[in-house]
Amino acid sequence: MRVTLRIKRFNPEKDEKPWWGEYEVDVEPNDQLLDALHKVKWYQDGTLTLRRSCAHGICGSDAMVVNGRNRLACKVLMKDLGKKVTVEPIRGLPVIKDLVVDMEPFFAKYRAIKPYLINNDPPPEGRERLQSPADRERFDDTTKCILCACCTTSCPSFWANGDYVGPAAIVQAHRFIFDSRDQATAERLDIMNDMMGVWRCRTVFNCVECCPREINITKAIGDVKKAILEGGVR
Amino acid sequence: MASIVASIWEGITYRGREGHWAWLLHRVSGLGILLFLALHIVDIYLIGVGKEIFEAFLFFYHSAPFKVLVMGLLFGVYYHAFNGVRIILVDFWPERFSNWKTQRLMFRVVIVLTLLAFIPSAIATVAPLFNLHMPWWNH
Ligand code: HEM
Ligand code: HEM
Ligand code: SF4
Ligand code: SF4
Ligand code: FES
Repeated sequence: MRVTLRIKRFNPEKDEKPWWGEYEVDVEPNDQLLDALHKVKWYQDGTLTLRRSCAHGICGSDAMVVNGRNRLACKVLMKDLGKKVTVEPIRGLPVIKDLVVDMEPFFAKYRAIKPYLINNDPPPEGRERLQSPADRERFDDTTKCILCACCTTSCPSFWANGDYVGPAAIVQAHRFIFDSRDQATAERLDIMNDMMGVWRCRTVFNCVECCPREINITKAIGDVKKAILEGGVR
Repeated sequence: MASIVASIWEGITYRGREGHWAWLLHRVSGLGILLFLALHIVDIYLIGVGKEIFEAFLFFYHSAPFKVLVMGLLFGVYYHAFNGVRIILVDFWPERFSNWKTQRLMFRVVIVLTLLAFIPSAIATVAPLFNLHMPWWNH
Protein backbone atom coordinates (compact mmCIF):
# COMPACT_ATOMS: atom_id res chain seq x y z
CA MET A 1 0.00 0.00 0.00
CA ARG A 2 1.06 3.55 -0.73
CA VAL A 3 1.20 6.03 2.15
CA THR A 4 2.22 9.65 2.55
CA LEU A 5 4.56 10.49 5.40
CA ARG A 6 4.53 14.10 6.63
CA ILE A 7 7.70 14.53 8.65
CA LYS A 8 8.63 17.59 10.68
CA ARG A 9 12.12 18.55 9.55
CA PHE A 10 14.57 20.89 11.21
CA ASN A 11 18.25 21.43 10.65
CA PRO A 12 19.46 24.16 13.03
CA GLU A 13 22.44 24.91 10.75
CA LYS A 14 20.22 25.70 7.74
CA ASP A 15 16.61 26.23 8.74
CA GLU A 16 15.16 29.23 10.55
CA LYS A 17 12.18 27.21 11.68
CA PRO A 18 10.84 23.67 11.30
CA TRP A 19 9.13 22.67 8.04
CA TRP A 20 7.08 19.70 6.87
CA GLY A 21 8.57 17.28 4.33
CA GLU A 22 6.17 15.02 2.40
CA TYR A 23 7.27 11.59 1.16
CA GLU A 24 5.35 8.85 -0.64
CA VAL A 25 6.44 5.29 0.13
CA ASP A 26 5.21 1.79 -0.68
CA VAL A 27 4.87 -0.34 2.44
CA GLU A 28 3.47 -3.70 3.50
CA PRO A 29 0.60 -3.50 6.02
CA ASN A 30 2.75 -5.33 8.59
CA ASP A 31 5.76 -3.04 8.13
CA GLN A 32 6.79 -0.97 11.12
CA LEU A 33 6.70 2.81 10.82
CA LEU A 34 10.46 2.51 11.31
CA ASP A 35 10.68 0.55 8.01
CA ALA A 36 8.82 3.34 6.23
CA LEU A 37 11.17 5.97 7.70
CA HIS A 38 14.13 3.85 6.54
CA LYS A 39 12.66 3.81 3.02
CA VAL A 40 12.61 7.61 3.06
CA LYS A 41 16.13 7.88 4.43
CA TRP A 42 17.75 5.16 2.30
CA TYR A 43 16.04 5.78 -1.07
CA GLN A 44 14.63 9.33 -1.09
CA ASP A 45 16.36 11.77 1.23
CA GLY A 46 19.50 10.73 3.06
CA THR A 47 19.50 13.89 5.15
CA LEU A 48 16.49 12.70 7.20
CA THR A 49 17.83 12.15 10.70
CA LEU A 50 16.36 9.78 13.26
CA ARG A 51 17.56 7.60 16.11
CA ARG A 52 16.99 3.87 16.45
CA SER A 53 18.96 0.87 17.49
CA CYS A 54 17.25 -2.42 18.32
CA ALA A 55 14.16 -2.02 16.08
CA HIS A 56 12.28 -4.30 18.47
CA GLY A 57 10.98 -2.11 21.28
CA ILE A 58 13.84 -2.81 23.68
CA CYS A 59 16.40 -0.02 23.50
CA GLY A 60 13.93 2.86 23.73
CA SER A 61 15.68 5.14 21.27
CA ASP A 62 12.99 5.85 18.64
CA ALA A 63 10.17 7.60 20.51
CA MET A 64 8.37 10.13 18.29
CA VAL A 65 4.99 11.84 17.94
CA VAL A 66 3.06 9.74 15.42
CA ASN A 67 -0.32 11.05 14.28
CA GLY A 68 -0.30 13.32 17.31
CA ARG A 69 0.55 10.68 19.92
CA ASN A 70 3.82 9.37 21.38
CA ARG A 71 4.86 5.99 20.00
CA LEU A 72 7.99 3.94 19.31
CA ALA A 73 8.46 3.91 15.52
CA CYS A 74 9.51 0.25 15.75
CA LYS A 75 6.40 -0.82 17.69
CA VAL A 76 3.70 0.71 15.51
CA LEU A 77 2.54 -1.01 12.31
CA MET A 78 1.64 0.85 9.11
CA LYS A 79 -1.77 -0.85 8.87
CA ASP A 80 -2.77 0.88 12.12
CA LEU A 81 -1.82 4.37 10.93
CA GLY A 82 -3.90 5.11 7.81
CA LYS A 83 -2.81 6.56 4.47
CA LYS A 84 -1.46 9.86 5.79
CA VAL A 85 0.97 9.67 8.67
CA THR A 86 2.47 12.66 10.49
CA VAL A 87 5.73 12.23 12.37
CA GLU A 88 7.24 14.84 14.73
CA PRO A 89 10.01 14.83 17.33
CA ILE A 90 8.87 14.25 20.93
CA ARG A 91 7.94 17.46 22.77
CA GLY A 92 9.57 19.34 25.59
CA LEU A 93 13.19 18.42 24.77
CA PRO A 94 15.45 20.50 22.46
CA VAL A 95 15.53 19.27 18.86
CA ILE A 96 19.06 18.48 17.64
CA LYS A 97 18.04 17.63 14.08
CA ASP A 98 14.76 16.38 12.54
CA LEU A 99 13.47 13.59 14.79
CA VAL A 100 16.47 13.52 17.15
CA VAL A 101 16.10 15.39 20.43
CA ASP A 102 18.63 16.06 23.18
CA MET A 103 17.86 13.43 25.83
CA GLU A 104 20.35 14.82 28.34
CA PRO A 105 17.79 16.76 30.45
CA PHE A 106 15.74 13.56 30.58
CA PHE A 107 18.66 11.40 31.74
CA ALA A 108 19.78 14.06 34.23
CA LYS A 109 16.44 13.53 36.01
CA TYR A 110 16.91 9.78 35.85
CA ARG A 111 20.31 10.12 37.57
CA ALA A 112 18.84 12.48 40.16
CA ILE A 113 16.65 9.77 41.70
CA LYS A 114 19.69 7.51 42.40
CA PRO A 115 18.70 4.63 40.13
CA TYR A 116 20.72 1.91 41.87
CA LEU A 117 20.30 -0.32 44.90
CA ILE A 118 21.46 1.34 48.12
CA ASN A 119 22.07 -1.06 51.00
CA ASN A 120 24.93 -0.52 53.40
CA ASP A 121 24.66 -3.90 55.14
CA PRO A 122 26.79 -6.70 53.66
CA PRO A 123 24.72 -9.40 51.92
CA PRO A 124 24.25 -12.67 53.88
CA GLU A 125 27.42 -14.81 53.84
CA GLY A 126 27.91 -16.51 50.49
CA ARG A 127 24.46 -15.76 49.02
CA GLU A 128 22.23 -13.06 47.53
CA ARG A 129 19.79 -10.83 49.41
CA LEU A 130 16.51 -12.76 49.63
CA GLN A 131 13.07 -11.33 48.99
CA SER A 132 9.61 -12.90 49.17
CA PRO A 133 7.56 -13.19 45.95
CA ALA A 134 5.04 -10.79 47.47
CA ASP A 135 7.76 -8.19 48.14
CA ARG A 136 9.11 -8.65 44.60
CA GLU A 137 5.62 -8.19 43.17
CA ARG A 138 5.27 -4.69 44.66
CA PHE A 139 7.59 -3.10 42.12
CA ASP A 140 7.34 -5.62 39.30
CA ASP A 141 5.49 -3.23 36.98
CA THR A 142 8.12 -0.49 37.24
CA THR A 143 11.05 -2.80 36.43
CA LYS A 144 9.84 -2.94 32.82
CA CYS A 145 10.77 0.64 31.87
CA ILE A 146 13.10 1.07 28.88
CA LEU A 147 13.67 4.82 29.40
CA CYS A 148 12.23 5.76 26.02
CA ALA A 149 10.82 9.10 27.30
CA CYS A 150 7.42 8.55 25.64
CA CYS A 151 5.73 9.17 29.00
CA THR A 152 7.63 12.26 30.13
CA THR A 153 7.28 13.99 26.74
CA SER A 154 3.52 13.27 26.57
CA CYS A 155 2.94 14.93 29.93
CA PRO A 156 1.25 18.37 29.92
CA SER A 157 2.90 19.16 33.24
CA PHE A 158 6.32 18.53 31.68
CA TRP A 159 5.53 20.69 28.62
CA ALA A 160 4.49 23.51 30.93
CA ASN A 161 7.58 23.19 33.10
CA GLY A 162 10.69 21.36 31.95
CA ASP A 163 11.97 21.23 35.53
CA TYR A 164 9.27 18.69 36.45
CA VAL A 165 11.11 15.44 37.21
CA GLY A 166 8.60 13.63 34.97
CA PRO A 167 6.87 10.25 35.00
CA ALA A 168 9.88 8.18 33.77
CA ALA A 169 12.09 9.28 36.67
CA ILE A 170 9.23 8.65 39.12
CA VAL A 171 8.75 5.15 37.68
CA GLN A 172 12.46 4.51 38.26
CA ALA A 173 12.28 5.90 41.78
CA HIS A 174 9.24 3.69 42.48
CA ARG A 175 11.25 0.65 41.39
CA PHE A 176 13.70 1.25 44.28
CA ILE A 177 11.38 2.88 46.82
CA PHE A 178 9.19 -0.24 46.89
CA ASP A 179 12.10 -2.69 46.83
CA SER A 180 12.33 -4.28 50.30
CA ARG A 181 16.13 -4.74 49.85
CA ASP A 182 16.78 -1.03 49.41
CA GLN A 183 17.59 1.24 52.36
CA ALA A 184 17.34 4.71 50.78
CA THR A 185 13.53 4.94 50.81
CA ALA A 186 13.42 8.09 52.94
CA GLU A 187 16.08 9.75 50.80
CA ARG A 188 14.24 9.07 47.55
CA LEU A 189 10.85 10.04 49.00
CA ASP A 190 12.48 13.31 49.99
CA ILE A 191 13.61 13.90 46.39
CA MET A 192 10.08 13.11 45.18
CA ASN A 193 8.40 15.35 47.80
CA ASP A 194 9.09 18.55 45.90
CA MET A 195 7.24 21.15 43.85
CA MET A 196 9.04 19.66 40.84
CA GLY A 197 8.57 16.10 42.09
CA VAL A 198 5.42 13.97 42.24
CA TRP A 199 3.17 16.91 43.12
CA ARG A 200 3.43 18.26 39.55
CA CYS A 201 1.55 15.20 38.35
CA ARG A 202 -2.06 16.14 37.48
CA THR A 203 -3.21 12.53 36.87
CA VAL A 204 -3.67 13.18 33.16
CA PHE A 205 -2.88 9.55 32.19
CA ASN A 206 -1.19 10.55 28.91
CA CYS A 207 1.87 8.66 30.14
CA VAL A 208 -0.12 5.48 30.80
CA GLU A 209 -1.87 5.68 27.43
CA CYS A 210 1.41 5.86 25.49
CA CYS A 211 3.90 3.76 27.50
CA PRO A 212 5.13 1.06 25.08
CA ARG A 213 5.75 -1.25 28.06
CA GLU A 214 2.17 -0.76 29.30
CA ILE A 215 3.33 0.29 32.74
CA ASN A 216 0.58 1.73 34.94
CA ILE A 217 2.61 4.88 35.52
CA THR A 218 -0.05 7.05 37.15
CA LYS A 219 -0.63 4.31 39.73
CA ALA A 220 3.12 4.16 40.42
CA ILE A 221 3.10 7.94 40.90
CA GLY A 222 0.04 7.57 43.15
CA ASP A 223 1.87 4.95 45.22
CA VAL A 224 4.77 7.37 45.72
CA LYS A 225 2.44 10.29 46.59
CA LYS A 226 0.75 8.09 49.19
CA ALA A 227 4.04 6.86 50.64
CA ILE A 228 5.05 10.50 51.12
CA LEU A 229 1.74 11.31 52.84
CA GLU A 230 2.06 8.27 55.10
CA GLY A 231 5.68 9.04 55.94
CA GLY A 232 7.14 5.91 54.38
CA VAL A 233 6.33 2.67 52.61
CA ARG A 234 3.72 0.56 54.37
CA MET B 1 0.72 31.91 33.80
CA ALA B 2 2.29 32.04 30.33
CA SER B 3 3.31 28.42 30.74
CA ILE B 4 -0.26 27.47 31.73
CA VAL B 5 -1.52 29.01 28.49
CA ALA B 6 1.27 27.33 26.49
CA SER B 7 0.40 23.99 28.02
CA ILE B 8 -3.25 24.49 27.03
CA TRP B 9 -2.12 25.07 23.42
CA GLU B 10 0.10 21.99 23.38
CA GLY B 11 -2.74 20.19 25.09
CA ILE B 12 -5.08 20.97 22.22
CA THR B 13 -2.65 19.71 19.58
CA TYR B 14 -1.67 16.46 21.35
CA ARG B 15 -4.07 13.62 20.67
CA GLY B 16 -4.46 12.13 24.10
CA ARG B 17 -7.43 10.22 25.39
CA GLU B 18 -10.06 10.70 28.14
CA GLY B 19 -7.60 11.73 30.84
CA HIS B 20 -6.08 14.32 28.57
CA TRP B 21 -9.40 15.99 27.73
CA ALA B 22 -10.51 15.68 31.35
CA TRP B 23 -7.41 17.56 32.45
CA LEU B 24 -7.73 20.24 29.74
CA LEU B 25 -11.39 20.87 30.58
CA HIS B 26 -10.60 20.94 34.30
CA ARG B 27 -7.95 23.60 33.80
CA VAL B 28 -10.08 25.68 31.41
CA SER B 29 -13.11 25.46 33.74
CA GLY B 30 -11.01 26.26 36.82
CA LEU B 31 -9.53 29.34 35.13
CA GLY B 32 -12.98 30.30 33.77
CA ILE B 33 -14.57 30.17 37.23
CA LEU B 34 -11.67 32.20 38.59
CA LEU B 35 -12.22 34.83 35.88
CA PHE B 36 -15.93 34.95 36.70
CA LEU B 37 -15.13 35.32 40.39
CA ALA B 38 -13.06 38.42 39.58
CA LEU B 39 -15.99 39.93 37.65
CA HIS B 40 -18.34 38.86 40.42
CA ILE B 41 -16.35 40.72 43.05
CA VAL B 42 -16.72 43.85 40.92
CA ASP B 43 -20.50 43.45 40.55
CA ILE B 44 -21.06 42.86 44.26
CA TYR B 45 -18.87 45.87 45.00
CA LEU B 46 -21.15 48.00 42.78
CA ILE B 47 -24.03 47.52 45.26
CA GLY B 48 -22.16 49.94 47.48
CA VAL B 49 -21.42 52.37 44.64
CA GLY B 50 -25.00 53.02 43.56
CA LYS B 51 -28.37 51.50 42.75
CA GLU B 52 -28.34 52.60 39.08
CA ILE B 53 -25.00 51.18 38.17
CA PHE B 54 -25.65 47.91 39.99
CA GLU B 55 -28.98 47.50 38.19
CA ALA B 56 -27.36 48.28 34.85
CA PHE B 57 -25.03 45.40 35.58
CA LEU B 58 -27.94 43.13 36.45
CA PHE B 59 -29.67 43.96 33.14
CA PHE B 60 -26.47 43.08 31.39
CA TYR B 61 -26.32 39.78 33.27
CA HIS B 62 -29.85 38.97 32.15
CA SER B 63 -29.27 39.82 28.48
CA ALA B 64 -29.22 37.02 25.92
CA PRO B 65 -25.48 37.20 25.04
CA PHE B 66 -24.48 37.02 28.70
CA LYS B 67 -26.71 33.98 29.20
CA VAL B 68 -24.44 32.14 26.79
CA LEU B 69 -21.54 32.89 29.15
CA VAL B 70 -23.66 31.89 32.16
CA MET B 71 -24.28 28.55 30.45
CA GLY B 72 -20.54 28.13 30.06
CA LEU B 73 -20.10 28.99 33.73
CA LEU B 74 -22.77 26.51 34.81
CA PHE B 75 -21.25 23.74 32.74
CA GLY B 76 -17.80 24.66 34.02
CA VAL B 77 -18.84 24.67 37.69
CA TYR B 78 -20.65 21.32 37.48
CA TYR B 79 -17.87 19.73 35.47
CA HIS B 80 -15.12 21.10 37.72
CA ALA B 81 -16.91 19.85 40.82
CA PHE B 82 -17.64 16.31 39.55
CA ASN B 83 -14.27 15.94 37.86
CA GLY B 84 -12.58 17.28 41.00
CA VAL B 85 -14.12 14.38 42.90
CA ARG B 86 -12.76 11.97 40.27
CA ILE B 87 -9.25 13.42 40.68
CA ILE B 88 -9.49 13.12 44.46
CA LEU B 89 -10.44 9.43 44.12
CA VAL B 90 -7.47 8.80 41.79
CA ASP B 91 -5.12 10.69 44.10
CA PHE B 92 -6.11 9.03 47.37
CA TRP B 93 -6.89 5.46 46.26
CA PRO B 94 -4.47 4.84 43.38
CA GLU B 95 -4.58 1.06 43.86
CA ARG B 96 -8.33 1.11 43.18
CA PHE B 97 -8.87 3.98 40.72
CA SER B 98 -5.56 4.59 38.97
CA ASN B 99 -5.70 2.42 35.88
CA TRP B 100 -6.76 3.32 32.36
CA LYS B 101 -9.93 1.23 32.35
CA THR B 102 -11.46 2.69 35.51
CA GLN B 103 -10.16 6.07 34.42
CA ARG B 104 -12.06 5.99 31.10
CA LEU B 105 -15.22 4.77 32.85
CA MET B 106 -15.01 7.46 35.55
CA PHE B 107 -14.59 10.20 32.95
CA ARG B 108 -17.77 9.05 31.22
CA VAL B 109 -19.61 9.03 34.54
CA VAL B 110 -18.39 12.59 35.21
CA ILE B 111 -19.72 13.74 31.82
CA VAL B 112 -23.11 12.09 32.43
CA LEU B 113 -23.43 13.65 35.92
CA THR B 114 -22.38 17.03 34.56
CA LEU B 115 -25.01 16.88 31.81
CA LEU B 116 -27.69 15.69 34.25
CA ALA B 117 -27.06 18.75 36.41
CA PHE B 118 -26.39 21.12 33.54
CA ILE B 119 -29.39 20.52 31.28
CA PRO B 120 -32.14 21.52 33.78
CA SER B 121 -30.07 24.51 34.91
CA ALA B 122 -29.54 25.56 31.31
CA ILE B 123 -33.25 25.34 30.57
CA ALA B 124 -34.02 27.44 33.64
CA THR B 125 -31.43 29.97 32.50
CA VAL B 126 -32.84 30.55 29.03
CA ALA B 127 -36.54 30.07 29.89
CA PRO B 128 -37.20 33.75 30.76
CA LEU B 129 -35.89 34.78 27.34
CA PHE B 130 -38.80 32.88 25.80
CA ASN B 131 -41.27 34.08 28.42
CA LEU B 132 -41.44 30.62 29.87
CA HIS B 133 -41.65 30.13 33.59
CA MET B 134 -40.35 27.23 35.55
CA PRO B 135 -43.07 25.47 37.58
CA TRP B 136 -41.14 26.07 40.81
CA TRP B 137 -41.06 29.83 40.28
CA ASN B 138 -44.01 31.61 41.80
CA HIS B 139 -43.79 35.07 40.32
C1 HEM C 1 -16.74 21.77 44.25
C2 HEM C 1 -15.73 22.58 44.30
C3 HEM C 1 -14.36 22.25 43.74
C4 HEM C 1 -13.71 21.04 43.69
C5 HEM C 1 -14.18 19.66 44.19
C6 HEM C 1 -12.43 21.29 43.04
C7 HEM C 1 -11.46 20.34 42.85
C8 HEM C 1 -10.24 20.59 42.30
C9 HEM C 1 -9.14 19.66 42.26
C10 HEM C 1 -9.15 18.26 42.87
C11 HEM C 1 -8.10 20.26 41.63
C12 HEM C 1 -6.74 19.66 41.38
C13 HEM C 1 -6.63 19.23 39.97
C14 HEM C 1 -5.47 18.34 39.70
O1 HEM C 1 -4.76 17.85 40.62
O2 HEM C 1 -5.26 18.05 38.53
C15 HEM C 1 -8.55 21.58 41.21
C16 HEM C 1 -7.79 22.48 40.50
C17 HEM C 1 -8.16 23.80 40.21
N1 HEM C 1 -9.32 24.43 40.62
FE1 HEM C 1 -10.84 23.51 41.60
N2 HEM C 1 -12.33 22.62 42.72
C18 HEM C 1 -13.50 23.25 43.13
C19 HEM C 1 -13.79 24.59 42.99
C20 HEM C 1 -13.00 25.54 42.33
C21 HEM C 1 -13.34 26.96 42.19
C22 HEM C 1 -14.55 27.63 42.81
C23 HEM C 1 -12.32 27.53 41.45
C24 HEM C 1 -12.12 28.95 41.00
C25 HEM C 1 -12.46 30.00 41.67
C26 HEM C 1 -11.38 26.48 41.12
C27 HEM C 1 -10.24 26.69 40.38
C28 HEM C 1 -9.29 25.73 40.15
C29 HEM C 1 -8.09 25.94 39.37
C30 HEM C 1 -7.67 27.23 38.66
C31 HEM C 1 -7.38 24.72 39.42
C32 HEM C 1 -6.02 24.42 38.77
C33 HEM C 1 -6.26 23.67 37.50
C34 HEM C 1 -5.04 22.97 36.98
O3 HEM C 1 -3.99 22.90 37.67
O4 HEM C 1 -5.11 22.46 35.86
N3 HEM C 1 -11.82 25.29 41.67
N4 HEM C 1 -9.84 21.76 41.64
C1 HEM D 1 -24.54 33.20 37.78
C2 HEM D 1 -24.40 32.65 38.97
C3 HEM D 1 -24.28 33.49 40.22
C4 HEM D 1 -25.17 34.41 40.72
C5 HEM D 1 -26.50 34.86 40.11
C6 HEM D 1 -24.61 34.91 41.97
C7 HEM D 1 -25.20 35.88 42.78
C8 HEM D 1 -24.69 36.32 43.96
C9 HEM D 1 -25.37 37.21 44.86
C10 HEM D 1 -26.77 37.76 44.65
C11 HEM D 1 -24.55 37.41 45.93
C12 HEM D 1 -24.88 38.16 47.21
C13 HEM D 1 -24.40 39.54 47.24
C14 HEM D 1 -24.76 40.13 48.60
O1 HEM D 1 -25.92 40.16 48.95
O2 HEM D 1 -23.80 40.54 49.30
C15 HEM D 1 -23.31 36.69 45.68
C16 HEM D 1 -22.20 36.67 46.53
C17 HEM D 1 -21.04 35.94 46.28
N1 HEM D 1 -20.83 35.03 45.27
FE1 HEM D 1 -22.10 34.67 43.74
N2 HEM D 1 -23.40 34.29 42.19
C18 HEM D 1 -23.17 33.41 41.16
C19 HEM D 1 -22.09 32.55 40.99
C20 HEM D 1 -20.96 32.53 41.82
C21 HEM D 1 -19.80 31.67 41.62
C22 HEM D 1 -19.63 30.68 40.47
C23 HEM D 1 -18.92 31.95 42.65
C24 HEM D 1 -17.55 31.32 42.94
C25 HEM D 1 -16.60 31.25 42.06
C26 HEM D 1 -19.53 32.96 43.49
C27 HEM D 1 -18.96 33.54 44.61
C28 HEM D 1 -19.57 34.50 45.40
C29 HEM D 1 -18.92 35.11 46.56
C30 HEM D 1 -17.48 34.77 47.04
C31 HEM D 1 -19.83 36.02 47.09
C32 HEM D 1 -19.61 36.92 48.28
C33 HEM D 1 -20.30 36.42 49.50
C34 HEM D 1 -20.46 37.49 50.52
O3 HEM D 1 -19.84 38.54 50.38
O4 HEM D 1 -21.25 37.28 51.42
N3 HEM D 1 -20.76 33.29 42.95
N4 HEM D 1 -23.43 36.02 44.46
S1 SF4 E 1 7.73 4.36 31.82
FE1 SF4 E 1 7.18 3.57 29.79
S2 SF4 E 1 7.00 5.39 28.49
FE2 SF4 E 1 8.13 5.98 30.32
S3 SF4 E 1 10.27 5.82 29.79
FE3 SF4 E 1 9.66 3.90 30.78
S4 SF4 E 1 9.04 2.56 29.10
FE4 SF4 E 1 9.11 4.64 28.26
S1 SF4 F 1 -0.37 11.10 34.93
FE1 SF4 F 1 1.01 12.63 35.78
S2 SF4 F 1 2.97 12.15 34.95
FE2 SF4 F 1 1.46 11.03 33.69
S3 SF4 F 1 1.11 12.40 31.95
FE3 SF4 F 1 -0.28 12.80 33.56
S4 SF4 F 1 0.48 14.52 34.74
FE4 SF4 F 1 2.11 13.63 33.55
S1 FES G 1 14.57 1.04 17.96
FE1 FES G 1 14.88 0.23 19.96
S2 FES G 1 12.98 0.66 20.88
FE2 FES G 1 12.58 1.20 18.82
